[in-house]
Amino acid sequence: MTISIDSQKTNNESLQPKGWLRYFSFSLDHKVIGIQYLVCGFLFYLIGGTLASAIRIELASPMSDFMPRDVYNQVLTLHGTIMIFLWIVPVVNGAFGNYLIPFYVGARDMAFPRLNAVAFWLIPPSGLMLVASYFVEGAAQAGWTAYPPLSITTPQSGQIIWILSVLLLGGSSIFGGINFIATIIKLRRPGLKLMQLPMYCWAMLGTSILVVLSTPVLAGTLILLSFDIIAKTGFFNPVLGGNVVVYQHLFWFYSHPAVYIMVLPAFGLVSEILPVHARKPLFGYTTMVFSIMGIVVLGLVVWAHHMFTSGTPPWMRLFFTIATAFIAVPTGIKFFNWVATLWGGKISINSAMLFSCGFIINFVFGGITGVALAQVPFDIHVHDTYFVVAHFHYIVYGGTVFIIFSSIYHWFPKVTGKMLNEKLGILHFIITFIGFNLCFAPQHWLGLNGMPRRVAEYDPQFQFVNQISSIGALLMAISTIPFLINIFISMRNGQVSGDNPWNALTPEWLTSSPPPVENWEGEAPLVEEPYGYGKQFYEQN
Amino acid sequence: MTTLDSSKEIQKNNSVVNEKHEDFRIFGLITFLIADGMTFAGFFAAYLTYKAVNPLPDGAIYELELPIPTLNTILLLVSSATFHKAGKALLKDNNSDSQKWLFFTAFLGIIFLICQLFEYFHLPFGLTDNLFASTFYALTGFHGLHVTLGTLMILIIAWQSRVNGGRVTSQNMFPLEAVELYWHFVDGIWVILFIILYLL
Repeated sequence: MTISIDSQKTNNESLQPKGWLRYFSFSLDHKVIGIQYLVCGFLFYLIGGTLASAIRIELASPMSDFMPRDVYNQVLTLHGTIMIFLWIVPVVNGAFGNYLIPFYVGARDMAFPRLNAVAFWLIPPSGLMLVASYFVEGAAQAGWTAYPPLSITTPQSGQIIWILSVLLLGGSSIFGGINFIATIIKLRRPGLKLMQLPMYCWAMLGTSILVVLSTPVLAGTLILLSFDIIAKTGFFNPVLGGNVVVYQHLFWFYSHPAVYIMVLPAFGLVSEILPVHARKPLFGYTTMVFSIMGIVVLGLVVWAHHMFTSGTPPWMRLFFTIATAFIAVPTGIKFFNWVATLWGGKISINSAMLFSCGFIINFVFGGITGVALAQVPFDIHVHDTYFVVAHFHYIVYGGTVFIIFSSIYHWFPKVTGKMLNEKLGILHFIITFIGFNLCFAPQHWLGLNGMPRRVAEYDPQFQFVNQISSIGALLMAISTIPFLINIFISMRNGQVSGDNPWNALTPEWLTSSPPPVENWEGEAPLVEEPYGYGKQFYEQN
Repeated sequence: MTTLDSSKEIQKNNSVVNEKHEDFRIFGLITFLIADGMTFAGFFAAYLTYKAVNPLPDGAIYELELPIPTLNTILLLVSSATFHKAGKALLKDNNSDSQKWLFFTAFLGIIFLICQLFEYFHLPFGLTDNLFASTFYALTGFHGLHVTLGTLMILIIAWQSRVNGGRVTSQNMFPLEAVELYWHFVDGIWVILFIILYLL
């Protein structure tokens, strides 16, 4: 049976508002939905960043003088939840995925445009619910992990709203994942083979498989947790015969793959950006594909390395240590491939390239501390200390957020037809890179010396290092200013970019910038070699 | 219907956008059912772990009666077969037969739910009595929710496959195929649930 893809779209087109108003409508255009994800995510990033600044101000002194202890716990819970579920996951999957994947597979829209719009429009209400949960009596204060019995015994109305909000966001994520899998597998233009797809498609395919397999488990777990809170059942309440470790297993069965849900798309995006700005083909395409799929498989069987101090039996520790160490292999392959892509290339030093290189440096560091944390003796020593905080932020901020900025610099001309200002962009990179490393590198030392995380007060001997970290956080907050100025100035008065300012070969650049509603005037081009830069150079000379 | 007509007009004028592709709504549904199955997998894993590591206090151990759930298993398996008959009938353009089979399937679903409620009211434990009781109600309740939704969807497509003016026809089999797939999935989950919860 065949159906017409475009009847609903053209139909929709005549009913849609034009201009900037379409970004506030139930638009079915994948490009509009991508921008909706990005801008919505960035607004929540600003909220989450403000909360992070509040945390660092509190930690500039050893006593809890900036805010009371329970407020501190509420702030860090909200910071973690907003940053993960409303900024990183929606932006790195939803925003760039929606904008780029239909171009990459040569389609005019996603496989299920209506489901796509539903998935986006679940985010603003659940995000507002999450923020609102802070203002009700008894805001959630059990961290983004919501570990029982803490989440059951602390005041609960905020925790319930928190659970509802995360359930809705999980639903949105699953709908997005289903859409990406169907688009990449089923909607490829005729003649385009799987092994010719740009790397971001593979990354999104792997990510979506993880989303579909693991997010429902989190949903089920949170439903059981809400039963414990509302109906006073005892699933995770030891007083009623329940078992808290079962919650941890189920939670980390989602939340470890969630790290790959946040990082694999960034791997894909950096694989798109580096070849363009180094004018070289992506090194080791096939190994990249297999390492992504290797990470997907291994990522599903390493969750208990978050639980080495939860009374985990020795055989389990052994298995999860070895499985975790194995992940370093495919990840290492990817790193060598990126470095080899840069090697001997004609590198242009621009903002997109700088942020991508910053990503490589930060992520190598975060990856090494990750391998260290997988070792049981070391993990037990630094468990629940600032070492873990530093490791996690090196992965998620130093890794994914750097790539989000890199991608914004790379694809801004595509979306708007204007270039971003390079001087402001480089300033943005320098402040972000210095601020980020100043903020989080000292936290490794703090953790190794035993400063526990998620506590508002600490031993005064750590004050100086904490103040260095807080100055770094201040720089990170300042770094947003040149970025925002850049966006607003360039949107109005930026240099006109032309259709393909980077001379890139991937399909999204083979149309006008900004692209027409149907993505291409005429048939979608068949791009068999999205990274054929060397060949092009060879043929020209 | 005017917007539909105008969109046809646009397509006629613009040959470029008039592309066809295969229907992959069933593919999307299968992906969704895998996700749904993972939710059940999480519940089953929790139940089995509790069974292995959290022994119940003395006096809380209760052997479940088997007649009602066995009857329920038979009801659901038969309903899968009757649903299949409905699809076959619709394929032969025999809408009224198809509708009868669909109503019969929905009837079996409703009987299943009534039996389930009857069992709930006659069990000697409540939701919060102990860990086993809570897990029992969570698992069967979550499955019962799926059966309820499935029965409602069957009633909707049964109404839509009426002879005159129905939208579900042999030319538009998708709604029936989708609900059928979902119904088989819910049956399959019940069989696993029956084995794990009642027989193990």
